[in-house]
Amino acid sequence: MSVAAAAAVDIRGVEKRFGAVHALRGVSLEVRPGEFFGLLGPNGAGKTTLISALGGLARPDSGSLAVMGHDVAGDFRAARRAVGIVPQEIVFDPFFTVRETLRIQSGYFGLRRNDAWIDELLERLALASKAEANMRSLSGGMKRRVMVAQALVHRPPVIVLDEPTAGVDVELRQTLWQFIRGLNAAGHTIVLTTHYLEEAQQLCSRIAMMKDGRIVAMDSVANLLAAFSERVLRVKLEGGELPAALATNATRDEAGYWRIPVEDMAQVETVLARLREAGATLSGLEVSEPDLEEVFLHIMRRPGQELRAP
Amino acid sequence: MTGFPTLLYKEVLRFWKVSFQTVAAPVLSALLYLLVFAHALASHVQVFPGVSYVQFLIPGLAMMAMLQNAFANSSSSIIQSKITGNIVFILLPPMAPVEIFAAYLVAAMVRGLVVGLGVFAATLWLIPIPVAKPLWAIGFAVVGSGMLGVLGIVAGIWSEKFDQLAAFQNFLVMPLTFLAGVFYSVHSLPPFWRGLSRLNPFFYAIDGFRYGFFAQSDVSPWASLAFATATFTALSLLTLQLLRRGYKLRH
Repeated sequence: MSVAAAAAVDIRGVEKRFGAVHALRGVSLEVRPGEFFGLLGPNGAGKTTLISALGGLARPDSGSLAVMGHDVAGDFRAARRAVGIVPQEIVFDPFFTVRETLRIQSGYFGLRRNDAWIDELLERLALASKAEANMRSLSGGMKRRVMVAQALVHRPPVIVLDEPTAGVDVELRQTLWQFIRGLNAAGHTIVLTTHYLEEAQQLCSRIAMMKDGRIVAMDSVANLLAAFSERVLRVKLEGGELPAALATNATRDEAGYWRIPVEDMAQVETVLARLREAGATLSGLEVSEPDLEEVFLHIMRRPGQELRAP
Repeated sequence: MTGFPTLLYKEVLRFWKVSFQTVAAPVLSALLYLLVFAHALASHVQVFPGVSYVQFLIPGLAMMAMLQNAFANSSSSIIQSKITGNIVFILLPPMAPVEIFAAYLVAAMVRGLVVGLGVFAATLWLIPIPVAKPLWAIGFAVVGSGMLGVLGIVAGIWSEKFDQLAAFQNFLVMPLTFLAGVFYSVHSLPPFWRGLSRLNPFFYAIDGFRYGFFAQSDVSPWASLAFATATFTALSLLTLQLLRRGYKLRH
């Protein structure tokens, strides 16, 4: 991609109020083509409003949004062709079968002969056996996968999934992620919101965190982890004392474990050697890896202003 | 036009899949009205010379059924989609407001016309009626079901709950249809009510439609056509404006 290539998603200074609720307070972000981008934040942070604005379901009071360089208001046809949104709530039309639903959705995009792609979607989302079943008869997880298929009938370059795995069982979740990862590998840009932070950590290359209608952190997963999370060695001592050299950085948790921050595994060995030298004996030992949950909690607990990871 | 043909197809399929409820039931209702009113009033009333009361009643009942069903089609489809949330599947694709408008409108007209034809098909073998001016009859069938199809879109967009839509139907559409001269000629009314009827656009649809059969009417068919078309056009412009602004649909 050249430098001049349009961002997959370009959001600039978006403000949105619903009556007294200030849902979005000047949100700006850019998602690059081919990225797997995570949008995280507690309930009510504004994630869904932002996604709605991207799909033209909500109209911002000010600011602009564009998908693949097409403004969602001024050039709405091209913008909507470029994005496939899987809404958060499970919704369906009870009058139709799975195949009818997907044919109709294709038709809304002006696609008349789309059966080959519909069959492929059904196959890859493990829905082929339900193609002729009425939407009403499907389980929640299956309805969710039909919604994913509906969002993809027009092969959009940008795919937005708003909490796609809420209430979906483990096996289905794996099928879904395998499928979405495949799409990402094939060049589709993915924007994902989820409450499962380990999913976001595994899947996303870059993450924005939202709180109270603002972006409060935005960086690559690696940078966020490095900046806000640490590897910690937790030890419980049976006999002996913690050497003074180690005690300066250490804290003690409720379970009686000492938490000692460590840079890497080599330092774990050093700490253990010092404990041995000091004659301490261990009754418990754990090394916790940096994780996004810790980053998330850390960022969400900070007082309000917009900050970026250093 | 990208999604218009499909949205129209979906809207027609939607009522056709439950046609027992959306077509057969209103035809039966019209027949019941016909039997009861014909039995009660046939010997007392003659509105137009040479036209029996039962004959007079049939086009009125057919138009009433067309108006009510055109309204029911667009309004119930939109409010159901809004309440269940599946309206997003219509709002996310690249369809222009005019496409959405036209698809809901034409589907509502199709339902109205199918029900109207059903009423004639069911009454034909009971009481044959003349069709003196078929083009007028067709014209008013189209404009009348169009007018109510648009009103249904407005009601569906405006209503947030089923009972609001029911209020729209029971306090606006029902009184206007019943007071539009289905069962009587407005000439038989006291002057005040006659004057009031002349403000009712449904009256013009019914009176003009009846002209298509008997070549007789309470007011000139041209005046009826002008009034009904003007109402239809004004409602359409309003509805298009609501859709363009995303009123109660795009927040």
